[in-house]
Amino acid sequence: MTLWEIFLQQLFNGLLIGSFYGLVAIGYSMVYGIIKLLNFAHADIYMGGAFVGLIALSFFADSAIGNAWLGIVLSLLISMFLIGILGVLIQRVAYRPMLKAPRLSILITALAVSMLLYNTVMLLTHGQFRPFRTGLTHDSFFVGALRLTETRVVLLVAAILLMFILHQFVTRSMYGKAMRAISLDRDTCQLMGINVYKIVAITFFVGSALAAAAGVMAGVFYGTVHFYMGFFIGLKAFTAAVIGGIGILPGAMLGGLLLGLLESFATQIPFIGSVWQNVFSFVFLILFLIFKPTGILGRAESERM
Amino acid sequence: MEQIKPKKITLNPFEKVVEKLYELFDNNVLRYSVLITMTAFLVYLPRASSLFTQEIMTNMFFYVVVCLGLNIIVGFAGLLHLGYAAFFAVGAYVTGIMSATYGINFWLTLPFSIVAAIIAGLAIGAPTLRLRGDYLAIVTLGFGEIIRITVRNVGITGGAVGLIGIERPVFFGIVLNQISHFYYMFFILSIIAIFVSYRLYDSRLGRAWQYIREDEDAAAAMGINVVTTRLSAFIIGSCFGALAGSFFAVKMTAISPDSFMFIHSIMILLAVVLGGMGKIPGVVLGAIIVTIFPEISRDIGQYRLIIFAVILLVLMIYRPQGLWPDRQFQSTKK
Repeated sequence: MTLWEIFLQQLFNGLLIGSFYGLVAIGYSMVYGIIKLLNFAHADIYMGGAFVGLIALSFFADSAIGNAWLGIVLSLLISMFLIGILGVLIQRVAYRPMLKAPRLSILITALAVSMLLYNTVMLLTHGQFRPFRTGLTHDSFFVGALRLTETRVVLLVAAILLMFILHQFVTRSMYGKAMRAISLDRDTCQLMGINVYKIVAITFFVGSALAAAAGVMAGVFYGTVHFYMGFFIGLKAFTAAVIGGIGILPGAMLGGLLLGLLESFATQIPFIGSVWQNVFSFVFLILFLIFKPTGILGRAESERM
Repeated sequence: MEQIKPKKITLNPFEKVVEKLYELFDNNVLRYSVLITMTAFLVYLPRASSLFTQEIMTNMFFYVVVCLGLNIIVGFAGLLHLGYAAFFAVGAYVTGIMSATYGINFWLTLPFSIVAAIIAGLAIGAPTLRLRGDYLAIVTLGFGEIIRITVRNVGITGGAVGLIGIERPVFFGIVLNQISHFYYMFFILSIIAIFVSYRLYDSRLGRAWQYIREDEDAAAAMGINVVTTRLSAFIIGSCFGALAGSFFAVKMTAISPDSFMFIHSIMILLAVVLGGMGKIPGVVLGAIIVTIFPEISRDIGQYRLIIFAVILLVLMIYRPQGLWPDRQFQSTKK
């Protein structure tokens, strides 16, 4: 391959991986924006989404739905819905009693929820990789110098479509408006007659559903799922949220795409390679925290009011 | 948000027992006589017990040291640290590499272990603590795994196999190679750790940590530099961990990346939270429970982390102050 071909290929890969990061980062950012919680369980919700998608998909594979894509879309929607409900449940049981507790308590609660989900899935799957059989063909075609498969193109379009829908939801709907208001000032919102708990629940539903979508899409993309898949993507989604400016949704999307691109190009540099891919994005997080902690789209503001 | 009602303080039976015990021990004569008896008992114990008991007790003293180290960060300064095992790995690997590869005397490696911990603490803490305190949680979580990937893939640390043949330390001409030697070594270390923790707790710096934990803005208004004070807690706590790691390395004589997994960070955190963040006897109690619990219930092996998670969750919702809470901590919380 010529250098130009490698460049194009990595550009596409980076955008695709980055869009997964972006989808997960949105959930982090939304929850952080609204209740100032780093939701550790979010990465495990992504992993759970992939597994629910897998179960739904195996069900559709048995029943005679002719089209492979139809089965995938249906499992994606089922997974998004069920995991959305799970997110709301977690919020209700674990986070809501802690909203007025010291900051440290709610962080430890989030950690406990994450451990609970992660270890439950580990026990249920005996810690093994599970194949994600989609029945899709892997025929590739060329656009100019770029080699593509149908799967990859559809996944990228779907991820961007989901981000677009979310953006419309947050900027146009009443609930989106309430979310943005709560992230500015929770107490005043309550005085203004907004049901804060309801909006927090909706936020968790939307964030978890997007993470589940990313999980199913990652399953389709990589072909396997396992209980450990959430750990590093959780860290990277946090990095993406910080890059874009935490609490800012377009920032999370942008940060995800940017991190995906950086990572995909960095693995081409000699000595970095794929073993060091995770280390690289961590170093990138530290560098961003040092030099641009407010993120690309964030305004410089002090924490104290 | 909701209307604040004045809350009546009622003690549950458990708290009543604790309060009674506390009053009993508040008497200095009784307190010191109990302490001296306990110390004498612990000094005598290796002569009268099996190797297995000594091993568990050694492990327990080790946990007391690391838990007190983490307590400085989580309990005193109120920062969540999720990668404590990584700092412990830093100390263990510094000692391991210097001793196994270059044959340097164990005691000489200790200062290097501390320097390495300070560098790692600065690299992680300085960029993060400048911002919100809770960024630290996720950055340390990542750091824990990054250290593990690094030691697994770098030549000098022996890769996934780890380091073997770390030399036994020599103490005034005695080669420390019996389990009872390590029992006394970790016993003395834990006494030092308890002493240092108490001195820090009552020091100007310790008060500043607790002030920041309770009210960051008020502390800043009173002229405390929030960033450097927090950073000092993070670094002092990390040094505790690295030193404990160095001693761990010579006790085991072999270390591998699997000795420093996420679960170890979590067990230490659980001990601190369970016992009562910030309260030194509470943390010691937590360390004891966390070491003994897996020993008496071996069959739950694979469910252990799930049980830990449930304990953490229930504790945070119903008893965030832990089993033996700090009175100061309790009184200032609404």
